[in-house]
Amino acid sequence: MGRQTLDHLDALESQSIFIFREAFNRIEDLAMLWSLGKDSNAMLWMVRKAFFGHVPFPLIHIDTHYKIPEMIAFRDQLAKDWNLNLIVGSNDKALAEGMGPDKGRVNCCTALKTNGLKKVVAEGGYKGLIAGIRRDEEGTRAKERVFSPRGENAAWDYRDQPPEFWEQFNTDIPPETSLRIHPLLHWTEIDIWRYIAREGIPVPDLYFAKDGKRYRSLGCAPCTGSIESTASNVQEVIAELEATRVPERAGRAQDQESEDAFERLRVEGYM
Amino acid sequence: MGTITKLHADRQPLKITFVGHVDHGKSTLVGRLLHELNALPEGKVEAIQAQCKKRGMPFEWAFLMDALQAERDQGITIDTARIWFSTDQRDYVIIDAPGHKEFLKNMVTGAAGSDAAILTIDAHEGVQEQTRRHGYLLHLLGVKQVVAVVNKMDLVDYSEERFNEVSAELEDYLGKLGVTPDFIIPASGREGDNIAKWSENLSWYDGPTVAQSLDMFADGATAEDLPLRFPIQDVYKFDQRRIIAGRIESGTLKVGDVLNFSPTGKSARVSSIEAWPENAVVSTACPGQSVGITLDEQIFVERGQMAAPVDQTPIETNLVKARVFWMGSNPLKIGNRYKLKLNTTEVSAEVVKIEKVIDATNLSTTEGDEVTQNSAAEVVLRARSVIAFDDYAEHPDTGRFVLVEDYTIVGGGIVVANKSQVEIKSKNITAVEHKVSAESRTAMNSHTGGVLWLTGLSGSGKSTLAIELEKQLHLRGFQTYVLDGDNVRSGLNKDLGFSPEDRNENIRRIGEVANLFADAGFIVISAFISPYQEDRDGVRAIKPDLFHEVYIEADVPTCEARDPKGLYKKARAGKIPEFTGISAPYEAPVNPELVVPTSKQTVGESLEFLTRYVDETFVADGKSKKTA
Ligand SMILES: Nc1nc2c(ncn2[C@@H]2O[C@H](COP(=O)(O)OP(=O)(O)OP(=O)(O)O)[C@@H](O)[C@H]2O)c(=O)[nH]1
Ligand SMILES: [Mg+2]
Repeated sequence: MGRQTLDHLDALESQSIFIFREAFNRIEDLAMLWSLGKDSNAMLWMVRKAFFGHVPFPLIHIDTHYKIPEMIAFRDQLAKDWNLNLIVGSNDKALAEGMGPDKGRVNCCTALKTNGLKKVVAEGGYKGLIAGIRRDEEGTRAKERVFSPRGENAAWDYRDQPPEFWEQFNTDIPPETSLRIHPLLHWTEIDIWRYIAREGIPVPDLYFAKDGKRYRSLGCAPCTGSIESTASNVQEVIAELEATRVPERAGRAQDQESEDAFERLRVEGYM
Repeated sequence: MGTITKLHADRQPLKITFVGHVDHGKSTLVGRLLHELNALPEGKVEAIQAQCKKRGMPFEWAFLMDALQAERDQGITIDTARIWFSTDQRDYVIIDAPGHKEFLKNMVTGAAGSDAAILTIDAHEGVQEQTRRHGYLLHLLGVKQVVAVVNKMDLVDYSEERFNEVSAELEDYLGKLGVTPDFIIPASGREGDNIAKWSENLSWYDGPTVAQSLDMFADGATAEDLPLRFPIQDVYKFDQRRIIAGRIESGTLKVGDVLNFSPTGKSARVSSIEAWPENAVVSTACPGQSVGITLDEQIFVERGQMAAPVDQTPIETNLVKARVFWMGSNPLKIGNRYKLKLNTTEVSAEVVKIEKVIDATNLSTTEGDEVTQNSAAEVVLRARSVIAFDDYAEHPDTGRFVLVEDYTIVGGGIVVANKSQVEIKSKNITAVEHKVSAESRTAMNSHTGGVLWLTGLSGSGKSTLAIELEKQLHLRGFQTYVLDGDNVRSGLNKDLGFSPEDRNENIRRIGEVANLFADAGFIVISAFISPYQEDRDGVRAIKPDLFHEVYIEADVPTCEARDPKGLYKKARAGKIPEFTGISAPYEAPVNPELVVPTSKQTVGESLEFLTRYVDETFVADGKSKKTA
């Protein structure tokens, strides 16, 4: 029998599965954020691999009511096809009071996404939230832990993160605090696409070019710009990414509002 | 953070950590290196320019990695950050570690698990405290490939003499650790000398540039030539399969292999390697792979056990001799207890000996009974229960652990010299002045005492489960004892027969003895048919808080079919009068604490059920299920 080693994608996948299983074993009230984007879908696929076809915790989608309609259609279809335990949350109070990007993009994100999330989490009593962020996306995410303790009110104390090494994660936490679990930190954007291609994972059509434009990152309609592109399928997207030097979140308006806009969002409990 | 990753999908990226004393230019070097390799995203340099201008300061390459406002404002790296890039040869993950002493835990977070390190030294300042400490940590964390960069050569007029001085000092220190840098490169991150382009200013140097040296590191090691180590992460029963999940740390695992599970010593054969989607099923798995297997026998398996080949098992002991690195703000002291986490094992461990304390900045060793923050030491730990692990030198992935105090990791350790380990006598003798309280027994045992009163028909599985459970609990360091017919009828109750009164008295006495044991801190497992609710209630009444009625549930037909001792046959033939279930009644428990349906599950599953109940119920820290 020949020697066998893991290739790059296998190694990334195995690592993520290890993290899902640690989280599932160590944390009683666990849920996963499902943003419907490529990363979340790749993550969901790996959950099914980790648990042999099962998804043993609920998925939370925060509906800001500003999402691109195709995303909601995609969500409902997959939830049905894969028989998912889906919890849709939203900050109805803020919406009723007219919150929207015109009140400031960072304010809007905090109200509709961060606070919408906090509400669902409080209702469900979740101690651990799995989120599909990656270190290569952005400077503060580059500094994240895999198991990231969050203080009261989900705040991130980035100045004093606990050590995390040899894959011994901080799974025990004081009462009144919670954990964010980040199983995709070690993946890059192109890794995700190559994995989607290899595994045949469904993603919303918005990622593929129509009339010379496509979305590289999916968020809310008013704050997410599309890019010029002719990439109309997964392989073409990969080829495009191999050649580009434009960063992934360039189309996300809320990040660009000021130098520390994203850092402030994240300290408050944004993903 | 993202840059361009190219095309080496067949190989895993090499992880390189930049370490060294505070302000010696690590982040600057990383920023400059990526820029020169044309690996920065579009607009990044312009963004940094604008951010520096806003602060009224000259251009800082360090801003690429130092993304937090606090880092930029103070000009210091607080936490480790990662960035990806590729050369024609391979993909890289660059990890930029902080140099400030206060953030050493973050440096460890970054450096552990790296394939190589770049140790950066300021040419002007030379070797400093964290240069040395980081050097020591690389050695302890097992990062063997090191390149040193003597940075800021512009500050010393590119002097070859100064470079030689710094190099000599560095080599002298690293030499004591047995670390030899592959290269020592003179460079200037800020000016761009010898980063990706050979520099005229350093014409006396003819070695590789920093960029070239990266491509010269060897690939990360794989552990497939070592014997199999498969620490159990979890056991899943989502469907009819009982899947044992975990990640292979070393060696290979094949369908048909016979595995030994440490520390129970049970073994079974791998029936399948399960996977989803089903078309992904394989028959062999290699190191680093997260898998799930099924076994041909339903033996008792749980998280924390380690599977290995039967002839190449790991070390099994409760004494761990190790070299530790201490990050806790409270010192490590003899007699202190920490949670020890090794692979998927978690166990409480006491520091029984500090053999020597090592100053990681000069390698001097002293005797002492405490280890302060940022120091290292050789210690002996005694775990509450027997655990399985390896000698780090032979088997790194299963020979290292962390210590946890109050929710956070406070130390890392590697196992040393276990083969020649000597037995250490306990120093932990508590002076008994007054009566020993239940609390102090609980603290000493790390669990509370109690009575698990197994009741059920003959053949329902009471004795089998009692004995197996005792063994499991003992292995995990529980104080436990089985009371059954064998050890009670021959002594304590040898004056009793089988008349109804004698049966009552039999149970009453057993109940009293069980409660004495429980009071002494033991978990007593009793295995008697005890058919009458009234008798059981009588035992419960002695100390209701300590009593756990466990119904070992199997109906008469099931037990009769099993009939291990042929008793049912004899009873049917009328040879045993008043046989419970046949010619005498059995009153099933009305409100038991636990029901174990042995007709519906295997011994292994029932055992799992019982151990979980014990784990959850007899917890030392106050609120057990029972008293809550
Ligand atoms: N003259 C000169 N200055 C440099 C050079 N490299 C870095 N510096 C300066 O040294 C200071 C510290 O650089 P950093 O890159 O932040 O140092 P660091 O090692 O990452 O520091 P910490 O991460 O906080 O430990 C900055 O002001 C840099 O501009 C160099 O080659 N020459
Ligand atoms: Mg730095």
